[in-house]
Amino acid sequence: MEVSGSRKYIYSDTELDRAEGEEIEALKAHSQQPIPDPDRWLDEEVSRNILLTSVDAILNWARRSSLWPVTFAPACCAFEVIATAASRFDISRFGMEIFRASPRQADLMITAGTLTWKMAPQLKRIYDQMPEPKWVIAMGACAISGGIFRSSYSVVPGYNRIIPVDVYVPGCPPRPEGLLHGIRMLHYKISQGHTDIALYPLKTG
Amino acid sequence: MTIPLSGWEVAKQIAKRFPDAVSEAYGYFVLVKSESLFEVAQYLKSSPEFDFDYLTNITAVDYYDYFEAIYQLTSLKHNHSLVLKTRCYGRDNPTLPSIVRLWRGADFQEREIHDLMGTTFKGHPNLKPIVLWQGFKGHPLRKDYL
Repeated sequence: MEVSGSRKYIYSDTELDRAEGEEIEALKAHSQQPIPDPDRWLDEEVSRNILLTSVDAILNWARRSSLWPVTFAPACCAFEVIATAASRFDISRFGMEIFRASPRQADLMITAGTLTWKMAPQLKRIYDQMPEPKWVIAMGACAISGGIFRSSYSVVPGYNRIIPVDVYVPGCPPRPEGLLHGIRMLHYKISQGHTDIALYPLKTG
Repeated sequence: MTIPLSGWEVAKQIAKRFPDAVSEAYGYFVLVKSESLFEVAQYLKSSPEFDFDYLTNITAVDYYDYFEAIYQLTSLKHNHSLVLKTRCYGRDNPTLPSIVRLWRGADFQEREIHDLMGTTFKGHPNLKPIVLWQGFKGHPLRKDYL
């Protein structure tokens, strides 16, 4: 039976499907090992003899006081993010009430939910579109390790296979207090950063 | 409330027209042979007494010896429902007839079953992966996967 008429437009193009499949397989083959967390420099501060200048202090204060999260919520942790952003827990106390729909205007990714391999290329694209400096909070069991879906055929076992993660917030899902604690830890981390390091968090991994 | 029809009663009606089609019926389901599934479904859809104009869903089960496809039919006019089942044997290339021509809602669900169970739906206009990606090896909902 041939596809014809208006009906064929509900199907995606075969060429697109093949390209998508190749992209996913390539990403899967490339990300079998976790990316090291970009926070080893926190302990090496003394040994590397880094001096925080007042410029760094001001820059870091500005950065941590107004983080703009990108809207990325593949699964149920999103509701805890919504609760965190709403009036009871009130994320705007930290200057981050604006969830940007465009990654180009954001510098923090709160990865709220299970990531499937089919979604992974889109995650990588969103992350790459975010301007430097940028940070990632892995929120919930699925984001940390794949959670209960870890051994599944379709789920990425942890976001750190695809992108470097700064702060891990455990829980299934974490309560808003937990997420706020993670955000406070990220604030501390940003305040410890050197300008060069904060500008290029990938290279210090 | 939707009234489930007795499988035995429906099987008797089907047997009048298609004597060899029904292989089993009790409770609320009718098990038909896969060769005559399309004709039986067409009859259930078009006959005024049944008038199953709505396909609620399709699902499939792996019983090792055979795959069983389960069609849940509803008539919005008479407000009754029926479970139609069929089986296909063999694990290398199990084949079932497609019913997309009768109910267009079967389109994506047959593709999903094709993805996850590996059954081919003969007559489907565009049988390609829908939930898995192109190039995925194996059929994850089979019992012997992994």
